[in-house]
Amino acid sequence: MNPAMTPVATPFFFYFLSGLAILGGLLVITRRNAVHSALALIVTLLAVAGLYLMLYAPFVAGVQIIVYAGGIMVLFLFVIMLVNLERTIKERQFNRIWPVGLAAGCALLALFLAVYAKGKSLFPEQARGLAEGNNTQQIGEMLYGNYMFAFEIASLLLLVAILGAVIMAKKRI
Amino acid sequence: MLNSLMSYLGSNVTPGEANNQLWALIYVLIIFAGVSVAVIAMNWLERKALAHFQVRLGPMRVGPHGLLQPIADAVKLLLKEDIIPSESDKFVFWIAPLIGLLAAFTVYTVVPFGPSQAVSDMNIGILFMLGVSSLAVLGIVMAGWASNSHYPLIGALRSSAQMVSYEVAMGMAVVSAILMTSLHGAGIYGASNLSDGTGTLSMIGIVQAQQEQQVWFLFKFFPLGLVAFVIFAIAMVAETNRAPFDLPEAESELTAGFHTEYSGLRWSLFMLAEYAAMIAVSSIAVTLWLGGWMRPFPHWLSGSAWDFIFSLFPGLTFLGLGAIAVRGTLRMPKHEYFRVQTIGLGAFALVLAGIGLLLLAIAIGAHSSGREAIARAADAMNNIYWFVTKIAVFMYLFIWYRATWPRYRFDQLMKVGWKVMLPISLGVLILTAIVGVIA
Amino acid sequence: MAEISTLHYLVVAAALFVLGVIGVLTRRNVVIVLMSIELILNAVNLNLVAFSRMWGGLHGQIFSIFIVVDAAAEAAVGLGILIAFFRNKETINVDEIDLLKW
Repeated sequence: MNPAMTPVATPFFFYFLSGLAILGGLLVITRRNAVHSALALIVTLLAVAGLYLMLYAPFVAGVQIIVYAGGIMVLFLFVIMLVNLERTIKERQFNRIWPVGLAAGCALLALFLAVYAKGKSLFPEQARGLAEGNNTQQIGEMLYGNYMFAFEIASLLLLVAILGAVIMAKKRI
Repeated sequence: MLNSLMSYLGSNVTPGEANNQLWALIYVLIIFAGVSVAVIAMNWLERKALAHFQVRLGPMRVGPHGLLQPIADAVKLLLKEDIIPSESDKFVFWIAPLIGLLAAFTVYTVVPFGPSQAVSDMNIGILFMLGVSSLAVLGIVMAGWASNSHYPLIGALRSSAQMVSYEVAMGMAVVSAILMTSLHGAGIYGASNLSDGTGTLSMIGIVQAQQEQQVWFLFKFFPLGLVAFVIFAIAMVAETNRAPFDLPEAESELTAGFHTEYSGLRWSLFMLAEYAAMIAVSSIAVTLWLGGWMRPFPHWLSGSAWDFIFSLFPGLTFLGLGAIAVRGTLRMPKHEYFRVQTIGLGAFALVLAGIGLLLLAIAIGAHSSGREAIARAADAMNNIYWFVTKIAVFMYLFIWYRATWPRYRFDQLMKVGWKVMLPISLGVLILTAIVGVIA
Repeated sequence: MAEISTLHYLVVAAALFVLGVIGVLTRRNVVIVLMSIELILNAVNLNLVAFSRMWGGLHGQIFSIFIVVDAAAEAAVGLGILIAFFRNKETINVDEIDLLKW
């Protein structure tokens, strides 16, 4: 790989960005105020976009920032403002069965870590590597080549989603 | 550290490419200072130009011809009482202007002032700029919501709906410009010595594509480039909430919209973010359609003589500004109350003339002596000068629009955004693709 | 510790996934449940992109682009349903949305 394109200070940025992402995730599920959760989710999304940049996926990072952080989160904030009730902040935030949920989550995490620890030998030490130079061009060629059918179906899905959202939110159909 | 300082000076790539963090930091600081000075100058220019459009004089008292007015405004805003609405969400209220500022300033990382005068040249440059400038919507939404009051909320919702709608048209126009980096067309549009190459999303690559194809994308595939540019120019005015699309923040409509409850330093952060966003989207327009840092007529008037003549322009511009300031000094009233102002304006004129002479010296020195360092400095000076001049033209157009056109009503605004701009930009995109490949 | 390998990214993705699952199972506010689902989708995306780098092909990145598209569609429709329901019943708590209970 071209030495000018290798990322710099990789461990520092990795730990910083992944710490930020996990902290954001924690804040999302624990905040009382939905707007604070949305802000924490934005932080998580931007941190994950940074991790994509470190993984030599600049186009996916750009898509993440434009679509997720700039589009979906604006939608979330609009809806939070529309359905904002004063009493929801003072009510109970967690379910009655929240210990069960927490235990299930911890069991899942333990399962993941056990699987990764056991299968550590399956991951090659040195990643095969991707060229950063023409990532966008290669993604374009594959999207319009191999994955053309999926691309068209995705556009159809978006059309149906637009229609569905408009009809769902209308006052009189 | 001195080594890393010196080792960069000989290279001709951006600090990002050269992996030189120290120079990247220096460039970031220079850009930050430059944008702040530009915002201050823009504030003054807006008030003076609007006043002259309305046949009045504008600020004249604070400094000679009001030149110190922005500084007085800044001092006033800093010293104002910081009022936070009592029922508001304090954390969100605090962070909303910072998000707007973050979105407005982060895009300057990829703005290309020259082939190596950029902080870094990401190969998804234009995608990064579009994405980060769409984060400004979040700041506005949160500012309106955190103010806990009707007018800011309505203003914020309207403003963000407007910004999101015009982002779509902006994106389509940008994509049709990106298409032009790789398509060379055929028939009447063809350049026979080039074959269809690979396009690029990097900002420096886009300007270099215009350089290779010997045409500004504004004039390419005429009139498609022009229509795409006009769509982007309209969409960028709507994107930055400037007149005639400034209903969400107009004083007579919604009592200043989403920044009603903000006072003092927080309001000045919003204003800073707005002007910085204006400069950022203007730089996108300049890079994509107007040839970036290239001087006018790089191919019709080519050759080292014409290069030399055009490289005199920076020095002559500053000398001209200095001459205007000298004329203003000579026309000052001859009264002892005006002594300080006269001396101040005279000193300002001398400073401008001095900068002009320095730039002229660099240009003449590069032409006659041909030493490496001076030639590189003259190159950088030329690139930065033409880029900034084109952006300055856009800034003046922003002020001109504000003085001339009445405001759009909000439903008219949304109608234009979705029913007019989006179909036209889609049509331009499809036609560009067809003309580029088949023609 | 010095070399950041694929396994590091997988652990981060697993942590995000588990946080999202806990959010879905535990919270009462529908909007926060939807945001936890977005967390889960992001964790899956991170996994895919990390594996894409490991194997050197771009299929993982393309799949993650499709997942982002899908998340956008689902968030739009889900929030539309929430608005429609809120208009009827004035509540956004998951355990009070029980009109179909016997």
